[in-house]
Amino acid sequence: MAGEFHAPSLSDFFPPAVLFGGTPFELNRLMLVRIIMAAVLIAVMLLAFRSPKLVPRGLQNVAEYGLVFVREQICFEVLGKESGKKYFPLIASIFFAVLFLNFSSIVPFLNISSNARIGMPLVLAVVAYITFNFVGIKKYGFWKYMRSSIVVPDVPWAMHILLIPIEFISTFILRPFTLTVRLMANMLAGHVMLVLFFSATQFFLFDGAAWMKGLSPFSLAGGFAFTLFEMLVIFLQAYVFALLTAVYIGLAQHADSH
Amino acid sequence: MSLSYMAAELAQTTDKVKGYGAVGYGLAAIGPGIGVGIVVGKAIEGIARQPELQGTIRTNMFLGIAFTEALALIGLVAGFIF
Repeated sequence: MAGEFHAPSLSDFFPPAVLFGGTPFELNRLMLVRIIMAAVLIAVMLLAFRSPKLVPRGLQNVAEYGLVFVREQICFEVLGKESGKKYFPLIASIFFAVLFLNFSSIVPFLNISSNARIGMPLVLAVVAYITFNFVGIKKYGFWKYMRSSIVVPDVPWAMHILLIPIEFISTFILRPFTLTVRLMANMLAGHVMLVLFFSATQFFLFDGAAWMKGLSPFSLAGGFAFTLFEMLVIFLQAYVFALLTAVYIGLAQHADSH
Repeated sequence: MSLSYMAAELAQTTDKVKGYGAVGYGLAAIGPGIGVGIVVGKAIEGIARQPELQGTIRTNMFLGIAFTEALALIGLVAGFIF
């Protein structure tokens, strides 16, 4: 009665179309999960701040705790008070978008993070990229901003031949690329690990040979441990994305003094 | 279908030896593993020397971890693509 074990593969991330198949607006399972989690985010925020009181209670208290965390620990620490207040809506939106969209990775029937394919992290990274470049260009003007971002002061002139391409690629090409890939690869790896553990438990328990049945508690415990780890990774990735956006904005504002 | 999916399918059907992606990721994870260890170790040393700065040190530690771990994750994704 031994069946084949189907390991998780990349085709998990490209499920067949569920609605509107064949058109550019076709929805497969992952797009539906994204829509559901975005709707949950909007609903939670609307419900929390529907009639805000001065002394918050209940859901407003929880949402305010999250917002104060973003404001104090990310915006004010990295950008200072006035810049922090100015860019706080953007950074809070990025933080809560990444957090809520990632959260579906551990919800039982959804099980896939909305950031597991490159589309959503790409959008967030492009928003961050446009923002920090816009801030730098508005403050310094285009050529002065490019010069102060790329040219490192106080080095012998021969080093510039090596340093200028490296700095250019690292600042203007690698930053949005690593923002995107970091988020996407974390979510992809987490999903694959969780699917591997749980499908291994199913296989060991029901389809495996007799000696394999004893291994199923271990893979179940592994799945449980990795779900907890995935919770940490979800929060950490949201924190890191928002923190890096704030740091890039801060670096663009102080491009003069490296 | 996206390009990476087509590439993954192609790689699976024409390779005689599979698993290069896993070997590639294993090699790619050596450097960032050591790197994250160094970053966190230095952060812990810094907190031990000046406990009143732990907020700043912790923030910078997370920044450093994000940068070095990105390289390991690019290695993971490159295994899937190529």
